[in-house]
Amino acid sequence: MSASGSTQECFDRKGRIAARFAKLKAEGRGALMPFVEAYDPDPATSMALLRGLPGAGADLIEIGVPFSDPMADGPTIQLAAQRALKAGGSLAGALAMVRDFRREDDDTPIVLMGYLNPILSYGIESFCTEAACSGVDGLIVVDLPPEEAAELAVPAREQGLDLIRLVAPTTDEERLPRVLEGTSGFIYYVSIAGVTGTRSATRDALADAIPRLRRHTDLPIAIGFGIRSPQQAAEAVQLADGAVVASALIATLADCLDERGRARPDTLRRVLDQVRELAEAVRGARVTS
Amino acid sequence: MNQQPLPNSLRQGPDLRGRFGEFGGRYVAETLMPVIQEVEQAYNAARNDPAFMAEWRRLLKDYVGRPSPLWLCERLTAHCAAESGRDDLGARIYFKREELNHTGAHKINAVLGQILLARRMGKPRIIAETGAGQHGVATATACALFGLKCVVYMGATDVERQAPNVFRMKLLGAEVIPVTSGAGTLKDAMNDAMRDWVANVADTYYCIGTVAGPAPFPQMVRDFQCVIGEETRQQILAAEGRLPDALVCAVGGGSSAMGLFHPFLDDKDVAIYGVEAAGRGMDTAEHAASLNRGRPGVLHGNRTYLLQDGDGQIQEAHSISAGLDYPGIGPEHSWLHEIGRVTYVGATDDEALAAFQLCSRLEGIIPALESAHGLAHVLKLAPTLRRDQTIILNLSGRGDKDIFTVAKHLGEQL
Repeated sequence: MSASGSTQECFDRKGRIAARFAKLKAEGRGALMPFVEAYDPDPATSMALLRGLPGAGADLIEIGVPFSDPMADGPTIQLAAQRALKAGGSLAGALAMVRDFRREDDDTPIVLMGYLNPILSYGIESFCTEAACSGVDGLIVVDLPPEEAAELAVPAREQGLDLIRLVAPTTDEERLPRVLEGTSGFIYYVSIAGVTGTRSATRDALADAIPRLRRHTDLPIAIGFGIRSPQQAAEAVQLADGAVVASALIATLADCLDERGRARPDTLRRVLDQVRELAEAVRGARVTS
Repeated sequence: MNQQPLPNSLRQGPDLRGRFGEFGGRYVAETLMPVIQEVEQAYNAARNDPAFMAEWRRLLKDYVGRPSPLWLCERLTAHCAAESGRDDLGARIYFKREELNHTGAHKINAVLGQILLARRMGKPRIIAETGAGQHGVATATACALFGLKCVVYMGATDVERQAPNVFRMKLLGAEVIPVTSGAGTLKDAMNDAMRDWVANVADTYYCIGTVAGPAPFPQMVRDFQCVIGEETRQQILAAEGRLPDALVCAVGGGSSAMGLFHPFLDDKDVAIYGVEAAGRGMDTAEHAASLNRGRPGVLHGNRTYLLQDGDGQIQEAHSISAGLDYPGIGPEHSWLHEIGRVTYVGATDDEALAAFQLCSRLEGIIPALESAHGLAHVLKLAPTLRRDQTIILNLSGRGDKDIFTVAKHLGEQL
């Protein structure tokens, strides 16, 4: 079922995520993590966007794997997934994009974000092998809570892939150690109880939540869900170690499509300009902790 | 509420991880995990609380009208005997008449249990998904009875084809939200209900309509629906002096089927048949036969058989019956399928339509299109069994809601 055979080149498993966060810490700043949905709106545009992200200031990159039933996502990412699927997007397609990207960039960490069923369908063992070989560094599987994670966590660890866990505002102190156990790479703090691209957390809520989380982990913490503006991104990296921006970028991309849903000549530039603004804000924010 | 299962019983599932064999589990976003564990703890406490169970039983008796009758279908039996062409064949056919329940289907049994649970948990807002509208109507009804806010997610396609039920829900005070994401059917309604729950965990209870979803929902809905099988067991023993030879029920998500089947799982001489919607044919692309044509995967919080493509994308199901139009099935059915305890067969749209009309004319009962799928298999099975044998069909719902769909298929203007 896998598209890429084992005869292809294999990139080193380098621990890129830890290396990148260590480097940024030394520089005294947090990370910008933009999100791109693989194959949205078409493979070429999506690939060009991925290639352009590091130059625009992305420190790490999340690639969304399109799924027919993205239950944790709001309308913006749901529509992105539908466009991507219509364009032929798949887990194999996302891996192929990473492989292409790695030929030019061997440092920027890449995290695949998606749902479990496409991974099960691909086969967990072969997926982990090929993801690592393609140059993927971490996995976020939204509908895989720690209680169910063993079947993926073990082969992922063997391949040197970080299985990144989500912590939510509803995760209480009692549950937190269980969620954090065995995680690596970084912690993804879901800043609101809700789906992607809907509401934003207040600064006060984050100022309360992030230190609480820090008491339980030494791993870097990235904040996601509801970060839309450069100012919000700057606030996030003052409290945490990284800011994930997804729906706001996808909304820009969607706004730049023509009436038939195809990319226009300026689509790529407009999304990358927005990434530049976010990166500037993140780089300008002094890390206080 | 159930009899205590024996060791080595098929009735012991799920295990502590919410699994039936490898199926089931709890595959949800972290945001939902705490509230789902809260539901599980509340349910475990409630089912061991005699006062809770007594209140539920009182509602079933005085509000729903239970027990529902077990009806011997003499004319259908004679029809099948004649079809066999032999004087020794043609099993006696019984209907377990869930369609006589208040709101017209079995759904109300589990809804009342869940709404009592939501009250116990202090959740004033109830959300539900619905396909044909039967679960939505049952939930809206229970919320009206207890003065709770009710929001029902229904695929835009289904809102259109089940207009009478949409109006019923509104009359009952519920807000019906048409779901346009995906293909706008039951699967998408369930996605949007989950999204609502994630955003409103503090005050909201998700009243799931079938034996699917994250643990403990498959078990909890089954336990409440087992009232069907428990009554049936007593009633058939009173009528025939022995257990039935076969049980038949249509399966979409599979709550009416689990409710009938579960109390009989350890009776190995009782043959059990689940009937999937075969749509335009099991070997076409348009059906809802998750067990016969799907493969295991994860959707809506549980691991189970799903209709999916080679990339693990979930496919749209098709059935003339909106209630069976779902690409998955409850995880306990997946397990019963794999261990071979239950035989899962299919009935096409056309077979269900024929059974729908035959039942109306021979028994004076207009069945739901869902139940008509079960009947279609009874019509195949009865002529192959001896006349002293018995078959029980779960007539899970009444067909009033379906008359427009059926009229359209028969080319009649209403």
